[in-house]
Amino acid sequence: MKLKKNLPLRNLLGRPVRTTVLVILTALLSVTFLCGTLVITSLRKGLGSLEARLGADIMVVPYEAATKSDLQNIVLQGNTGYFYMDNSRLEKIMKCDGIGQLSCQFFLASASSGCCSIPVQIIGFDPETDFTISPWIKKSGGGQLKDMDIVVGNDLNAFVGDTLKFYGVECHVAAKLDKTGTSFDTAVFTNENTIKKLIKSSVDLKMNSFTNIDPDKTVSCVLINAAEGYTPEEIINDINIHVKKVKAIQTKEMISGVSDSLSGVSDVTGILISAVWILGTVIFLLAFTMSVNERKKEFAILRVTGASRKKLASIVLQEAVITGITGSIIGIIIGLVIVIPFSSSIESALNLPFLIPDISRITEYAGISLIISSLTGAFAAGFSAFRISRIDTGLILRGDN
Amino acid sequence: MLRAEKISKEFIRETKGTNRFAAVQETDFEISDGQLAVITGRSGSGKTTFLNMLAGLLTPTDGKVFLDGTDIYSLSDRELSRLRNQKTGFIPQGQTAIHSLSVAENILLPYTLYGEYSEDAEKYAYELMEKLDIINLKDVRPSELSGGETRRMAIARALIKKPQIIFADEPTGDLDDENTRTVFEFMKSISENGASVIVVTHETDSEKYADRVFRMNSGILSEK
Repeated sequence: MKLKKNLPLRNLLGRPVRTTVLVILTALLSVTFLCGTLVITSLRKGLGSLEARLGADIMVVPYEAATKSDLQNIVLQGNTGYFYMDNSRLEKIMKCDGIGQLSCQFFLASASSGCCSIPVQIIGFDPETDFTISPWIKKSGGGQLKDMDIVVGNDLNAFVGDTLKFYGVECHVAAKLDKTGTSFDTAVFTNENTIKKLIKSSVDLKMNSFTNIDPDKTVSCVLINAAEGYTPEEIINDINIHVKKVKAIQTKEMISGVSDSLSGVSDVTGILISAVWILGTVIFLLAFTMSVNERKKEFAILRVTGASRKKLASIVLQEAVITGITGSIIGIIIGLVIVIPFSSSIESALNLPFLIPDISRITEYAGISLIISSLTGAFAAGFSAFRISRIDTGLILRGDN
Repeated sequence: MLRAEKISKEFIRETKGTNRFAAVQETDFEISDGQLAVITGRSGSGKTTFLNMLAGLLTPTDGKVFLDGTDIYSLSDRELSRLRNQKTGFIPQGQTAIHSLSVAENILLPYTLYGEYSEDAEKYAYELMEKLDIINLKDVRPSELSGGETRRMAIARALIKKPQIIFADEPTGDLDDENTRTVFEFMKSISENGASVIVVTHETDSEKYADRVFRMNSGILSEK
């Protein structure tokens, strides 16, 4: 007749409805904390990744492409598109003061018709001068790109060794980039020579809206890093004043909209997490107070048979910890199942860069969620247990409290 | 031996006017091993309060309670709890059970609280259940028991550790005449085996089993 399970566990199993409600409540707190934290962190990481990928202080584009939303659509939202300007402006830009690093990029959008394997944004860069894409390729394990080599974004269904066709030109996939959580995950990167061939081919096939461009004399944008002692604002002013038909934009300004949205989402999520936690803590306190009141006679029996105040509190706390840990684990599993597999959907819904943190960071958040969810329950239970343990058992038995 | 010296208990009323009332007025009490004492009195006369003070469950406003020479209210909560577990058995008024445990587990609770379970204890629990006619209910949950059965379970729980002193608050409240007689005979046999038994009851028949009879009247205890 020895107790097969300890008393707190038996108490929990003996009251399945109450136990289920407490477990669900803890799971709710845990899932709110974990999902909220993961979403905020993923958005912050996404923004950080976007900043790193843009990798330049200033972007100079043709004036007509500079309406902020068009450029943003291509660079930030992952929409396909392209624009070009005469490379003679490059020389004028280079003459401006304070330019530390400068590199050109070339844009082309592949079509969805038979000429191309997949419709994507193709970005060409000059390996000699590039300072934004090459380090990233290197980090992802890629080497120097040969002509007709391409590097694909992480979300594209293409792998190293595959051959993709753009405007009738076959390209070899030389590397696949690490996930960035940004529009760059659906882009294709290649060197200057290759993209010029692709642009020429698109023009030849009459599939380029720029019908009479010479790929050797055009660029899409110029990326600039300010030299030491100069601010991007000074260089931007210089370019915008002295170089015609171009617009210099500070990349920070370009992503300020994303930053603002991120800040808004973070604030709302933070308020939501706080509200759920305050509400959850109040419900916990009510649930444990009601439960302890309902079980006053049981606690009196435990006292009568020799349980000390400490032992009584320990039984109540153990019950809270068991429900807390069970609920938290369920909440963590639900949270991970919601956020990780559906990160793309969340990214689309929020329309913001979204990069899930690495496994160690997720484990850390799950651990924090487990601890604070369990502690909230334990705090509420401890408070109720303390109150009941201070009452003389004789008074409980008389029903005078 | 249990001895109370000048114990009294006052409660604070949350009503207007006199906000304190004396549930038990200054009282001396003593019971030796092997004695069965019965305390009778009207409802609200202070019997239960007095019993709870003797049992270490309600701190007196004044006075001291000694068990084998130890002032029980000078002990720490841990020590007093252990003393209750080791030396006393208490049968409370009303329906008292841990609802998640079976009848047998409820009876063995004083052992399991301190991890002292033994086969001898289990054997004695079965013996008590046999005597109290609840052996066929050993695996049943308290919610399925009648009032009388729950009361008999509480009696077995109080006796399981063969305590030195037993406090019983209306132990036959839910029992019929035959079971009432069985319980009192049982209490008598326990006191004859050396334990002190203090019973608070309305049963007038109980006096014939008692070595000493007390009456509580408006908080004043007197021996008949």
